[in-house]
Amino acid sequence: MSVLSAFNRRRAEARIAQRPGALVYGFLTFILVASVFPFYWSFLIGSGDAGTLSDTSMSWIPGANFFANARSVIDNESVNFWRALGNSIVVSAVVSASVVFFATLAGFAFAKGRFTGQKGLLVFVIGTMCVPTQLSVVPLFIAMSAFGWTGTLGAVILPGLVTAFGVFWMTQYIAQALPDELVEAGRIDGASMFRTFWHIALPAARPAAAMLGLFTFIMSWTNFFWPFIVLNQTNPTLPVALATLQANYFVDYSIVLAGVLLATVPLLILFIFAGRQLVEGIMRGAVKG
Amino acid sequence: MTTSTLVVKDLTLRGFRFRENLGRWDVKYSPYLFISPFFILFGLVGLFPLLYTGWVSLHAWDLLGGQGKWTGFDNFAFVLQQRQFWVALRNTLSIFLLSAVPQLIAATAIAAALDSNLRNKTFWRMSVLLPFVVMPVAVTLIFGSMFGERYGLVNRTLGDIGLGPIRWHTDPLSSHIAIATMVNFRWTGYNALILLAGMQAISRDLYEAATIDGAGWVSRFFRVTLPQLRPTIIFVIITATIGGLQIFDEPRLYDQNGLGGEDQQWMTMTIYLYKLGWPQLNFGRAAAVAWLLFLVIVAIGLINLAITRRIATNEGRTA
Repeated sequence: MSVLSAFNRRRAEARIAQRPGALVYGFLTFILVASVFPFYWSFLIGSGDAGTLSDTSMSWIPGANFFANARSVIDNESVNFWRALGNSIVVSAVVSASVVFFATLAGFAFAKGRFTGQKGLLVFVIGTMCVPTQLSVVPLFIAMSAFGWTGTLGAVILPGLVTAFGVFWMTQYIAQALPDELVEAGRIDGASMFRTFWHIALPAARPAAAMLGLFTFIMSWTNFFWPFIVLNQTNPTLPVALATLQANYFVDYSIVLAGVLLATVPLLILFIFAGRQLVEGIMRGAVKG
Repeated sequence: MTTSTLVVKDLTLRGFRFRENLGRWDVKYSPYLFISPFFILFGLVGLFPLLYTGWVSLHAWDLLGGQGKWTGFDNFAFVLQQRQFWVALRNTLSIFLLSAVPQLIAATAIAAALDSNLRNKTFWRMSVLLPFVVMPVAVTLIFGSMFGERYGLVNRTLGDIGLGPIRWHTDPLSSHIAIATMVNFRWTGYNALILLAGMQAISRDLYEAATIDGAGWVSRFFRVTLPQLRPTIIFVIITATIGGLQIFDEPRLYDQNGLGGEDQQWMTMTIYLYKLGWPQLNFGRAAAVAWLLFLVIVAIGLINLAITRRIATNEGRTA
């Protein structure tokens, strides 16, 4: 009986562990092509000229004008490309550093502290993730105008300094990755809570913190609605500058798509180096979510 | 001599006690300090605006004049009487359905493919996530150039196989499909990875048991994977609902004017909010739309939850 079930079991295991067939690889290859094609298309049009898009006998081989088109984007005064690039880097870097720091701090408190209202407060944090951000745009704008912050990067950075997602994410990670004994040991040695956080929790949370930082950087880099409302053309982030570019060159897609590529390349480079961590991060966050 | 030692002893003892107290306070109150940045910021940019939006929506309020007189629910009444509001609601729901449903099905299929015993797992996982790094604004400009009515790649390809051109920028439904395609491009792979994580958390014993009972991969998928995946599916649907109903970037850049088309074919709720608030400078009405949008999101969220619960329990029963 048990011999038979062990035999069945092994056979079942073998069937599940089989390498998938050509169908699965074919399907995934199709998805891969669909993922990559828009990039190729942008380069194809972005390296042509004003007539490429409407050319019915369009070639599938890229043209030679990419750098000229990129030049047009960069030289366009109303687009402010360099400024937009600099602003996007500053905003995304400050926001992700801040989110990582404050979320790890709060995550440490939620995971390893013992205080009244702990559970309720954590549930509250998670609940705030369901509040749509668009709802607060009107009063935020009124407040920013009152402080004279409209048009400044501060107005874009401030609302993103710490996120509920980040706090939740770090709480989950620290709860399972940092042994209680280590925190106790720090306390017995007379370290303050903050020292324990700084010297024990923060190093232990490094992998999760890196993923959170990466994720926040991308979210911040791609964010459009609020920056579009509160910033103006003279001091934009990249998505806002792209909107200006579209408004200026709507007849010439070769320049628009060259601009699109310029704005996308920094994250593409990031993805090449850190895509594996990003995949892991999203998957690890999901299991607990 | 003895007195002085006693004094010293007493002092050190007091010092100890002080440090001990300090330590206790530290353990007791530091956590509040550590979590306070989130709550302060949420109060400033989350809770306060939420309530203040309600307050603004009950007033005549414009950008230059600021707070006007109390108008009760006039702003809500005005907005609800506008045809534009209902068109915006229709468009938002239509784009949401056209993106959420195919996306969930595709993401589940991709996740199932990624869950098989692949060679080069990481490569395939990264490949589905690639679109996620492209900002929605850029996605819209790229796809916008493909969905041109006269020269677009899509219509040209359709023409090559003998199908008539589709009026992507004229017909409401066609424009919704185009916009939904952009959303799906960016988010399908991301959601596939979340579903994949859910699939990998399913105990392999369940699959083994099903296989021993003679289940092929199809019935394994429908009877083991899907029911077990229910919490993850609910999570994906809820996040897609909250994000999808607020859609702004794609319809904003779908044409040069950014106001949702000449006949509001693809004007969504958030575009309408923006239109009232900024070009028209009527913050009271914009705030009313914001609250109505919030109610819509809550309502759809609850409907989704009811549906998923139902489907999942039915599946559970047949399994």
